[in-house]
Amino acid sequence: MSQIAKLVAQRLALGLLTLFVISLIIFLCVEMLPGNFSEAILGQAATPETVAAFNRELGLDLPPHERYFTWLFNMVQGDFGRSLASKRELSELLGYRLENTLFLASVAAVIAIPLAVTLGVLAALYRESFYDRAINVVTLSSISFPEFFVAYILILVLAQNLGWFPAISNINDELSFWQKIYRTALPAFTLTLVCVAHMMRMTRAAIINLLASPYIEMARLKGLRPTRIILKHALPNALAPIINVVVLNMAYLVVGVVLVEVVFVYPGLGQLFVDSVRSRDIPVVQACSLIFAMTYVLLNLLADVLSIMSNPRLLHPR
Amino acid sequence: MSEETGDGSTFGDVLVEMHGLRIEGRSDDIWHEIVHGIDVVLHRGEVLGLIGESGAGKSTIGLAAMGFARDGCRISGGSIMFDGVDLAKASEESLRQLRGSRIAYVAQSAAAAFNPAHKLIDQYCEAPVQHGIMPRAEAESDAIDLYGRLQLPDPESIGFRYPHQVSGGQLQRAMTAMAMACRPDLIVFDEPTTALDVTTQIEVLSAIRGIVRQFNTAAIYITHDLAVVSQMADRIMVLRHGNLIEEGETRGMLEDPQKDYTRDLLAVRTFRKELAEEPDANVPLLRAENIYAAYGKSPVLFDVSMDIHRKRTVAVVGESGSGKSTMARVITGLLVPSQGQVYYDGQPLPRDHRKRSKDEKRRLQMIYQMPDTAINPRQRVNSIIGRPLEFYLGMRGADRDARVRELLEMIELDPAEFFDRFPDELSGGQKQRVCIARALAAEPELIICDEVTSALDQLVAEEILKLLQGLQDELGLAYMFITHDIATVRAVADEIVVMLRGEVVEQGPKEQVLTPPHHEYTELLLSSVPEMDPDWLDNLLDQRSS
Repeated sequence: MSQIAKLVAQRLALGLLTLFVISLIIFLCVEMLPGNFSEAILGQAATPETVAAFNRELGLDLPPHERYFTWLFNMVQGDFGRSLASKRELSELLGYRLENTLFLASVAAVIAIPLAVTLGVLAALYRESFYDRAINVVTLSSISFPEFFVAYILILVLAQNLGWFPAISNINDELSFWQKIYRTALPAFTLTLVCVAHMMRMTRAAIINLLASPYIEMARLKGLRPTRIILKHALPNALAPIINVVVLNMAYLVVGVVLVEVVFVYPGLGQLFVDSVRSRDIPVVQACSLIFAMTYVLLNLLADVLSIMSNPRLLHPR
Repeated sequence: MSEETGDGSTFGDVLVEMHGLRIEGRSDDIWHEIVHGIDVVLHRGEVLGLIGESGAGKSTIGLAAMGFARDGCRISGGSIMFDGVDLAKASEESLRQLRGSRIAYVAQSAAAAFNPAHKLIDQYCEAPVQHGIMPRAEAESDAIDLYGRLQLPDPESIGFRYPHQVSGGQLQRAMTAMAMACRPDLIVFDEPTTALDVTTQIEVLSAIRGIVRQFNTAAIYITHDLAVVSQMADRIMVLRHGNLIEEGETRGMLEDPQKDYTRDLLAVRTFRKELAEEPDANVPLLRAENIYAAYGKSPVLFDVSMDIHRKRTVAVVGESGSGKSTMARVITGLLVPSQGQVYYDGQPLPRDHRKRSKDEKRRLQMIYQMPDTAINPRQRVNSIIGRPLEFYLGMRGADRDARVRELLEMIELDPAEFFDRFPDELSGGQKQRVCIARALAAEPELIICDEVTSALDQLVAEEILKLLQGLQDELGLAYMFITHDIATVRAVADEIVVMLRGEVVEQGPKEQVLTPPHHEYTELLLSSVPEMDPDWLDNLLDQRSS
């Protein structure tokens, strides 16, 4: 176990380094965006004088490296700064949005992961059969369409024609848990459709990959049922690659929701991100990007730790 | 009804009767017949040995006794009667019910055939519980009883370990216990000791034989080693290319083989090199002095010294884990020793291979155990052999091609035929020859041969040993010959180094090491090599227990 602790510590340190590099890249990218906040907010009234005055007031006239280090320094101390547009504390603004995004991602994950793994196991069990081909065609088709297209189709069918779910997912704190889930259904379905194929195919491939191994042959020669062979003998040994794909997809669920949130007007981080880019609200853009980066780093760490823990050689040393 | 066999022992009724068994294998989408109409009869309580080289079809026939064909194979003709049921025609579901409960299987590599994710006893209990023969608790206590009978240490607790926590010989016995779990009528043993060291092999052989006799289980024992099968089997079938060569009661076949091929198999390992002249007292070609080495924090070599003289063969012998391959890694500079020094021609060699000059590397070449993994499957034979010519000797174009052809002739492969081939188009023995040619291309003085014949069939291995000997006589090469096989040592060595757990226990000229009095461990190694005498195992066990 101490081996695992050491690994986690190492990865965390590396993750911090990664985040530092990413913060630099984000800052540089944002610097390169044309126009700035003052011009965007002043609109027609933007004369060189008013823009300069506004910049001075917000500290935007300082040289880039100075602004970067101030930002970084405050960030390390937990001060994300304020939104230029709303003047609200970012930690408060982001906290609410992040919570919503995580809620949506969790709902999607709870549907998608068990579904994908089950479909993958069934596809491995009945490989080369009609079911296997059918499930492949269906999931591959759904992954081949862009998210917003899937989203509009779902709105058309499930909201417009059948009227089962609301087309707009504007949730707020007053709603009960189940109401929230109900309103989140369509974006969650969209995300599920987009990420199931990947996980399901990896599950299938990882299991089939093992079917030629001697211990599977042994299980067959012990007269075990095919279902038991797949679930008891193949699946536990196929966990490492499956975990990796599942966790990467979870990262996608958190980070990749931008378009889906916009389509469903869902008050999450993605929507905020898009709005802030439009209004050149730099601190928000930077903070959102950093949160996305952190999600990737942490989830990758989780994937590594879980796949190591699924290896009995490391879990039960000699 | 019972039947009298040649040596006077009695067996029960006929249990398995295969008639005209034909099996096909698929390659490149074409079905080829690999077993051509074999008849097999096995009585209750009888042990039948199937012997042959790779490709003889022995495993395929053994699995057919379970109504099983590996992926890419199919049973295409004949009948397999098991206790009145034709397995060739039975449904998959009825076969499933027979497998594990009435017919069980013991695989070659227990380390690969046990599922790494589950404890041994969980895997043991699976068959009896799933086949509804006994509840879990009963199966567990039964497992502990069988572990004890198979002389596993700590039978109470060993089952609660994972496969990787148990040694190879113990795993093989645990697998035999697992096969016994439902008290089957028949067990198919598929080369169960091939992957083990000789000293471990004895324990496993005696445990398997004991348990099979105790429960009067019929068995099909598959192996390529005639000496092993003669300890185990009542009757032997010699197979080659999917045909039956000869069948007979064990003792009779060993004493009076009828067919040339059987005689060849019996005569294998009779090759001996002529003794080389004594080394000139000068500086040895290679001297390793007081080598200590470790992988990370675990020490592997302790104070190992050895000399290799020009034109001589030094055989380094020991079981797996004895450090013999590690010694080769130290000499080639792949592993930097923690202490000690390697001298070449009296000059100290840099300890790290990256610091050695091209010429220092050229003079010292290696040949590996697995020719399949040691050559690039996407390169043609001429580029495999031509690469060291370009790299070490700067040969190009026509010169290079001419030299490649010369080398192919030296390893007795026809250049016209083999120059442009890919490794996939070669047999195991031919691939190993290509590896030899690649080593020779660098014009070395010393070649380290790391278990070069272990992956080959015995007759092929013998050809390779003869080839290496011929090359030594012709080119004056020195060999460091790493092996676990005493027969190989007897065949090729001038000097022997016996290693045990990273230390040298005995070293000296061949005659001295192989004639008594031996070091205790050398004695154990030598006496553990199976002989072609059906009483060898009994005698040896008697001797050791007294």
